[in-house]
Amino acid sequence: MAQQSGDGFGPDLADVFGPAHSDGGPELVQLLTPEGERVHHPEFDLDFSAEELRGFYRDMVLTRRLDVEATALQRHGELGIWAQLLGQEAAQIGAGRALRPQDHVFPTYREHGVAWCRGIDPLQLLGLFRGVDHGSWDPEERHFGLYTIVIGAQCLHAVGYAMGMQRDGDVGTGDPDRDAAVLAHFGDGASSQGDVNESFIFAASYNAPVVFFCQNNQWAISEPIERQSRIPLYQRALGFGFPGIRVDGNDVLATYAVTRAALQRARDGQGPTFVEAYTYRMGAHTTTDDPTRYRLSDDVERWKLRDPIARVEVYLKRNGLVDEAFLEAVADEADQLGATLREGCKALPDPAPLSMFDHVYAEMTEELAAQRDGYAAYRETFEGGVA
Amino acid sequence: MSQRVTLAKALNMGLRRAMEDDDKVLLMGEDVGKLGGVFRITDGLQKDFGEDRVIDSPLAESGIVGTAVGLAMRGYRPVVEIQFDGFVYPAYDQIVCQVAKIHYRSRGRVKMPMVIRIPYGGGIGAVEHHSESPEAQFAHTPGLKVVTCSNPVDGYWMIQQAIACDDPVVFLEPKRQYHADKADLDDQATPDPLFTSRIVRPGTDATLISYGPMVKTAMKAAEAAATEGRSLEVVDLRTLSPLDMTPVLDSVRRTGRAVVTHEAHVNLGMGAEVAARITEECFYSLEAPVLRVGGFDTPYPASRIEEDFLPDLDRVLDAVDRSFDF
Ligand SMILES: Cc1ncc(C[n+]2csc(CCOP(=O)(O)OP(=O)(O)O)c2C)c(N)n1
Repeated sequence: MAQQSGDGFGPDLADVFGPAHSDGGPELVQLLTPEGERVHHPEFDLDFSAEELRGFYRDMVLTRRLDVEATALQRHGELGIWAQLLGQEAAQIGAGRALRPQDHVFPTYREHGVAWCRGIDPLQLLGLFRGVDHGSWDPEERHFGLYTIVIGAQCLHAVGYAMGMQRDGDVGTGDPDRDAAVLAHFGDGASSQGDVNESFIFAASYNAPVVFFCQNNQWAISEPIERQSRIPLYQRALGFGFPGIRVDGNDVLATYAVTRAALQRARDGQGPTFVEAYTYRMGAHTTTDDPTRYRLSDDVERWKLRDPIARVEVYLKRNGLVDEAFLEAVADEADQLGATLREGCKALPDPAPLSMFDHVYAEMTEELAAQRDGYAAYRETFEGGVA
Repeated sequence: MSQRVTLAKALNMGLRRAMEDDDKVLLMGEDVGKLGGVFRITDGLQKDFGEDRVIDSPLAESGIVGTAVGLAMRGYRPVVEIQFDGFVYPAYDQIVCQVAKIHYRSRGRVKMPMVIRIPYGGGIGAVEHHSESPEAQFAHTPGLKVVTCSNPVDGYWMIQQAIACDDPVVFLEPKRQYHADKADLDDQATPDPLFTSRIVRPGTDATLISYGPMVKTAMKAAEAAATEGRSLEVVDLRTLSPLDMTPVLDSVRRTGRAVVTHEAHVNLGMGAEVAARITEECFYSLEAPVLRVGGFDTPYPASRIEEDFLPDLDRVLDAVDRSFDF
């Protein structure tokens, strides 16, 4: 379709937004280049200790191992499906580590790295994909919500939760241990959903302490970002009345710095921010997807050069911030995690059939109890060999 | 020409033929183009009919159905794909408040010749929202027609008939049957009319009424019962709204017993409607109350215990036994 220009309705889109950039464009906040060079940014620069940097590296390596291991478990029939995060480690670890304990996260189904940062047992993530439960962690205990599969639904919950924090007086008190914010995750495809757009409206209207964290991994299953948006996503925020920032989603330092600033803004009572982490889904959408049907392998190759882990490793090595012993220790830890997941996954017990009747209601109904008892009695008729 | 095809292939062929027959037919939905849909039902159609007729939509169900309303007003015949049953709800408002009522409110001036295709039902080991049976919610809405196919031959004809229908049709596709069995498809045959149900296995002792994914289970139950000397008649409803009760009532008048079975929750499900109508129409022919076998009234459980949730052959036969115990 032709772009409007010179027709009296305003300028050409390209004049306003600049040319399309496959690298995220000049607006991309970056602190560590793909080559592992530390660069500085006027607004979001931070000093990182060697320990912090090593921590990021370890988090990303372990998150990747979790992902690789889960993918393999799916291939071996141990998981029904797995939503891979390969390539998105920096976006998730940067965001996850920027959180304070009292902040609250609303994830999609792919936030394995953020879950890691919140101390969720990775085996609990596998449970959902194996089909033994619908998510077994306590969302309040770790301030990490249950995975949400219906696209975009959680963004409204995030805003409501943030409005609750506001009402509880946990925003803008100046007490760093009290002030809290909400981090809402979603994808580029999700940005098209009504719920997501409505969440933007509510957040802006009520100045809710929420950070919308969009991992723009370029694809919604087979559909490229161009199918969801004609303009860079972060620029949408302005239309809703709050700032939008595009950050290099493969740069853990930058995603950390930007998310930290946005969360602080929210905690201080200055309202929502939209963070677009510009990244790429190097794996398939899920283990049932076949990206060769729609994606160019050239693109994948190009994005491999921007691998989020490699650049931190280069930086650490070049600056003498790690020794072989550290790298080996992390590798060993990853192997251990792999082994734990392999064994733990197979050992996850199937739920008891009658457990399906539990928790349908806070107060069990007589009708449902009768169904349960009827089914229990029916199952007993099979004892002794028939089934 | 006759060909052995799966349900997935039959639907693909049916869509293709509908698009060839009428250039107002458009396909819309998430991933329906290049990918051919996550179940590949639209495989190859964008390549042959172009991006203007097989439209990859933004990821927004309300948007998909709502824009289809406008296209239908403009004389097109949109066929929208909802990726999975559990994702139809963002579009629910558009479907029940708009699609279903526009013909009525406009006093017939505006037609809504739209098909909403929904892969539905469980048994594929999926995570939540991928195994739902929302048929009663749509069948309960006046203005919508709701149909479901159980086999490749019906899939091929019914999708074309639904597209040709001037009313909006919710077209439910039993996803666990997509690749399960092949059948001989003769594309020159004369199909049954769309809104009719059909006896798919004759019998004399009791009537099993089912539709969509459960027809196969009902057939197996009938086979198993036959080995024990009991003759079960199986009816495939095919159409849920309008309900075609004639074959059902005729059958029950002959057999005197009826068991209705579906995957959806029993409470206020299709079985309740079928049982009520049988009771109203053939009370004096009944030897036993009409019994229902369905999913329990719980949310769809984690997939490792979905076999316990879904009615199986044994639960159907158990209900048949109970019917004979009266
Ligand atoms: C309401 C709804 N519609 C459709 C789907 C099926 N679906 C699952 S993931 C997905 C693509 C999501 O893309 P995006 O939001 O970019 O996130 P990504 O998975 O790429 O991280 C789709 C269409 C769904 N889960 N929910």
